[in-house]
Amino acid sequence: MSTSINWFKFASPASFFPLAGRLAPWFAIAAAVLAAIGLWLGLVVAPTDAQQGDAYRIIFIHVPAAWMSMFLYVVMAFWCAISLGFNARLAAMLAQALAPTGALFTAIALWTGALWGKPTWGTYWAWDARMTSELILLFLYFGYIALRNAIDDPRRADRASSVLALVGAVNVPIIYFSVKWWNTLHQGSSVSLSSAPKMAMIMLTGMLVMTFAAWFYSIAVVLVRARAIILDRERGAPWIAGTAR
Amino acid sequence: MTPFDAAVADAAPAGAWEGVAWALARDLKLALRSRPELGVLLLFYVIVVTLFPLGVGPEPALLRALGPGVLWVAALLASLLSLPRLFASDFADGTLEQIALSPYPLPALVAGKIAAHWASTGLPLVIISPLLGLQFGLAADELAVLALGLLLGTPTLSMLGAIGAALTLGVRGGGGLLALLILPLYVPILIFGASAVDAVRGGLAAAPHLSLLGAALIGAAVGAPIATSAAVRIALE
Repeated sequence: MSTSINWFKFASPASFFPLAGRLAPWFAIAAAVLAAIGLWLGLVVAPTDAQQGDAYRIIFIHVPAAWMSMFLYVVMAFWCAISLGFNARLAAMLAQALAPTGALFTAIALWTGALWGKPTWGTYWAWDARMTSELILLFLYFGYIALRNAIDDPRRADRASSVLALVGAVNVPIIYFSVKWWNTLHQGSSVSLSSAPKMAMIMLTGMLVMTFAAWFYSIAVVLVRARAIILDRERGAPWIAGTAR
Repeated sequence: MTPFDAAVADAAPAGAWEGVAWALARDLKLALRSRPELGVLLLFYVIVVTLFPLGVGPEPALLRALGPGVLWVAALLASLLSLPRLFASDFADGTLEQIALSPYPLPALVAGKIAAHWASTGLPLVIISPLLGLQFGLAADELAVLALGLLLGTPTLSMLGAIGAALTLGVRGGGGLLALLILPLYVPILIFGASAVDAVRGGLAAAPHLSLLGAALIGAAVGAPIATSAAVRIALE
């Protein structure tokens, strides 16, 4: 048996389309089940925090959203690099499909962070290093989406937005550290997660389960969105007539 | 040997530095012939800076605290406003296509254009900034650090901005889109630049912040011409 694996089989939209259609429901189901378990752990099983009361429970949404917001930008930049390097259409389509979900998680992280900040820090917004860089990350997502939308030719949009995403990816750590140093120069943050009491095992478990739920949700949504993008962009291709109904 | 081959052989081994020098000389000449436009850009900078005391009140202590940040934000905005000058008119009349076809390496030509752009739009801001800083009551050493920071920072702004300017060539949504793409990338420069002046006021050394500005300048000088020329090629396809 010397069948070599064809690594590029699913790089073609025609073979990726049915694969994505088969995988998406499974990831969606896994996300729903994990979210149910995670929310049950977080909202029912986990005890009330001695200092923060029940307000802390928002971390079961907030922390996974914040992690996903950064992770998805890295994934998006990765597919952008593949798209530029190998001139691969599907990679650019995946990057295009990732951007709205990444922006959504960034917005959720900011929103839930503000809701948590009010009862805990006494303010909806502080110019904390993390919050500020998360806000700038949201702008980077919006810039990527806006540049894509502004260009009519999809191939040019692929390449231009890929360059932007890569420049942004190089800048993200610089932005993060500059904001961090800026913040420490002006004021120390009054409360930080790292100095909070060590997290109970049950809380950590709930948070990790929610993180996997958010991850699988992202995969499911991105696969479905990528299918829609393929249908839209390849509508002239002959295989579409046979596969898609 | 056909005349075409001869022309190619003549032109082929074109050096990068000659390309930089050619583009720099050409764009500087063009800039010298459009001095009124450059004057308008400089006035924009002055007016934006002037608006802040009118907005927040003439309190000297407050203005002194705000001054570095205001001058830097205004420099960012003026840089943003000047970016369309970089490629748009060359793109509109087809010159950019000819430039991309020339035997010089495109990143070198782009680097020359960026250098000329900075010399005609960024450098005047640097020169006038101590004067505006005086209006905000900054002390002499603060003014010196402000100007030095702008001297190190504004070329980086031009280089980062050039990427955005090339990406948005011939694209719907023009200026607003460019602002959305570029201003988030300007954030570290703003922070390092304004912090340098704050550090001097607080009795600390400005050197770390200026070093970071210099590091950003070197990093941008390496990466930006390549990214910009990639973006130019995408726009020309």
